[in-house]
Amino acid sequence: MNALKKLFGGNTRQFGMIFALVALIIFFQFATDGRTLTPGNVINLFNGNSYILILAIGMVLVIIAGHIDLSVGSVAAFVGVTVALALRDWGIPWWAGVLLGLALGAVIGAWQGWWTAYVGIPAFIVTLAGMLLFRGFNQFVGKSNTIPVPVEFQYIGSGYLPEVGPDTGYNNLTVLLGLAAAAFVVWGELRSRARAKALGAEVPETWVTVLKLVLICAAILYATYLFATGRPGTSFPIPGLILAVLVLLYGFISSRTILGRHVYAVGGNRHAAELSGVQSKKVNFLVMMNMSILAGLAGMIFVARSTASGPFDGVGWELDAIAAVFIGGAAVTGGVGTVVGSIIGGLVMAVLNNGLQLLGVGADLTQIIKGLVLLIAVAFDVYNKTQGKRSIIGLLTRNFNRPGAGPSGPTQPDETTSTKEAIAREA
Amino acid sequence: MTSQTTQTDPVILEMRSITKEFPGVKALSNVSLRVKAGEIHAICGENGAGKSTLMKVLSGVYPYGSYDGDIVYQGQVQQFRDIRASEHAGIVIIHQELALIPELSITENIFLGNEPTKRGIIDWGEARLRSLDLLARVGLRDDPDTPIKEIGVGKQQLVEIAKALNKSVKILILDEPTAALNESDSQHLLDLMLGLKAKGITSIIISHKLNEIEQIADSITIIRDGKSIETLDVKKDGVDEDRIIKGMVGRTLESRFPDHTPKIGEVFFEVKDWTVGHPAVQDRLVCKGSNFYVRRGEIVGFAGLMGAGRTELARSVFGRSYGRFIDGHVYKDGKEVVLKNVRQAIDAGLGYVTEDRKSLGLNLLDDIKTTTVSANLRKISHNFVVDPNQEFTVAEQYRKSLRTKTPSVEEGVAKLSGGNQQKVVLAKWMFTDPDLLILDEPTRGIDVGAKYEIYGIIQQLANQGKGVIVISSELPELLGLSDRIYTIFEGAITGVLNKDEASQESLMKLMTSATRKAA
Repeated sequence: MNALKKLFGGNTRQFGMIFALVALIIFFQFATDGRTLTPGNVINLFNGNSYILILAIGMVLVIIAGHIDLSVGSVAAFVGVTVALALRDWGIPWWAGVLLGLALGAVIGAWQGWWTAYVGIPAFIVTLAGMLLFRGFNQFVGKSNTIPVPVEFQYIGSGYLPEVGPDTGYNNLTVLLGLAAAAFVVWGELRSRARAKALGAEVPETWVTVLKLVLICAAILYATYLFATGRPGTSFPIPGLILAVLVLLYGFISSRTILGRHVYAVGGNRHAAELSGVQSKKVNFLVMMNMSILAGLAGMIFVARSTASGPFDGVGWELDAIAAVFIGGAAVTGGVGTVVGSIIGGLVMAVLNNGLQLLGVGADLTQIIKGLVLLIAVAFDVYNKTQGKRSIIGLLTRNFNRPGAGPSGPTQPDETTSTKEAIAREA
Repeated sequence: MTSQTTQTDPVILEMRSITKEFPGVKALSNVSLRVKAGEIHAICGENGAGKSTLMKVLSGVYPYGSYDGDIVYQGQVQQFRDIRASEHAGIVIIHQELALIPELSITENIFLGNEPTKRGIIDWGEARLRSLDLLARVGLRDDPDTPIKEIGVGKQQLVEIAKALNKSVKILILDEPTAALNESDSQHLLDLMLGLKAKGITSIIISHKLNEIEQIADSITIIRDGKSIETLDVKKDGVDEDRIIKGMVGRTLESRFPDHTPKIGEVFFEVKDWTVGHPAVQDRLVCKGSNFYVRRGEIVGFAGLMGAGRTELARSVFGRSYGRFIDGHVYKDGKEVVLKNVRQAIDAGLGYVTEDRKSLGLNLLDDIKTTTVSANLRKISHNFVVDPNQEFTVAEQYRKSLRTKTPSVEEGVAKLSGGNQQKVVLAKWMFTDPDLLILDEPTRGIDVGAKYEIYGIIQQLANQGKGVIVISSELPELLGLSDRIYTIFEGAITGVLNKDEASQESLMKLMTSATRKAA
């Protein structure tokens, strides 16, 4: 157990979550007689959940900063319908549609951010109002009709990496991407290890690093294999690619940039942050605005995937995204959470959904199970905190630990950047 | 009367070889405590020595079975399961952080969880009558219907004691009762404790203010590193502050301040006609046309009673982070600077260490290295991207130079003791390389040994040619540290004294000057 823990650095919480996800996948793989890890199903799982995961990325930042956003589903729907109409009625090209959608998301975000940050109304209220407001706008603008979108636009929601180069029996681009990801993980891990060593910080034994890299690379390559061997015409999906890019980008922003540090600082102790020169209003504004931009993107991907925009797009998305963030280890009080954690949280929910569906479990039971999982995951976290911030692994290995060697900070930057790609593809 | 009690001396409480372990840490090892009935028993020790843990064991916060040893109270071994059990037995603890609900009235707070009822319905008439009686006993003349949030901390403390009296308390435990009180409120509280003693109530007091302990305690038990070192009889042993300090740190402190020869340069920072309004109350001024200056290499003290406007002055100068700015000018190096927000203040070379470390100074979720660089992230960043290696190196440097006690800079700041937390906060501001550092109560809640180190750091900063402003409620601290001291009363600067002409008396006179004029 101690060795297992070492594999993923000191961050036991994150480890626990990856462990749960892997266990879940293995369980369903057996329970469904191998129907879980088939190319078709994995591609499906990604396509069907990418927009929720994109929302979770924005939502975790909002929650770290100490707010919440209930309007994301409505914002997504409003942006979706507006873009669909613009594409149909104005005949603008697909890329202009995407830009329009992102811009509209930014405007909506600026509106919500202004109320939250500068007027000082709690985000819960602002976005509750936004939830009604933008749902109404969606139905007003779209006249509650279904509006189809052109084929070129559908590519961002249901496209795949194209076939290029010689016929190898695999999708070449997917294979290349997988190899590049594996190489990137190895390079990142070795580099951070070398740097830590140079600074005189503690580094894990060589075998730990090697085993860790072997496991991660195996996962990446297995996922690559699945994606590259789907039925003809399918490969790594475009929404998955967008998601992977966003996870890398936001993971980096949140853990390594000044702006990211400021988000954690404002959420952790706003007054202390302000007295350290952080402009908390600006941070809150940006975080809220960013959420709506991502909501706009999610809305467009959804519309592109379902080939049309409708009046009930995005209903309940906010709850799925919030659930993913909290399963992923964020705290309601703010200051705690990671982008990667939220993605894993989202994947746990997605795998659960998918597996239960494959098993033929009804929607009623699925909801009950998902509700319980959310509750148990957070209860587990709360319990750990009252026990001195140890996870179950920590409890089992209590006697082997140095005093007070539990995970201390909310962020473990290096680790998240190196495993990010792998985790994004693990399902 | 005291001679009588010393002769009979029944022991009301004895804690025998209490050992309490946390995972990996032995917080208490074989601690013994004997408290005689009707005395005031002080517990002294540095922060982290185990005083609070001992009191938590006594009051049932750590239930029977989670520690080794016996609590013998009124001749019987007790097995408290929780706080209710110990309160039922007459042992009431009043924590440093008061457990009152701000929105509720004095009466409602006194009877919270203990409401007098008539057929299951709260009898507020009865409650009000009883609270009037209780308030009279603690010397509080406020209307019992006043909401708690409308009375000051000093009075809130009295309400807590009234609440304890209502529970027919036999042993009253006060954890740092005067830490947040001004001189007169503190004195009132100490008098009240002597009054309670006369009525036969035993008190245990934990305090860092040794002069107060010397003043009221009958016995003192000293705890160091989780062990009980000695118990002193104040009258018999002729105990004074130095004797207590010797026990607490295990050696004699030759001096409570490091030696320091100031190297004072020219005036480089000046504030003129500084006028600031209260953030919430119209027409109320918290700073009234204040003028002051700081020279290079100078340590300037600001003395004033709590609520006099010291913090308000400092924070409003520090990027208008408090109150409504009305008028005034700030000059640095001969040029006027306008500091509209904290960022500008930091960029202009100012730093401000807040008096309230936990709620204003630190993000308790952060680790040491994140905190150390948090006010100057730009210095360790390239194109807005933080360099974690530089962050680690910087934090490591300060850990070594300030001798912060921690296993590593990756440790969470919440786990550090007060003195070490303060060192991390100091490191954070030193890393911004300020020309003027404002320290608001820099040694509050910090033990004697760490205080000495912090004084050393302050003097070092002055030696580097920086200006340092120290705001403190402890006059001996200001007298020992400052080259020049301003006094503040009700938002106005009432005087300035050089080191050689200042004394506790002269300062106190200026700190209360307007009252004297009015009276």
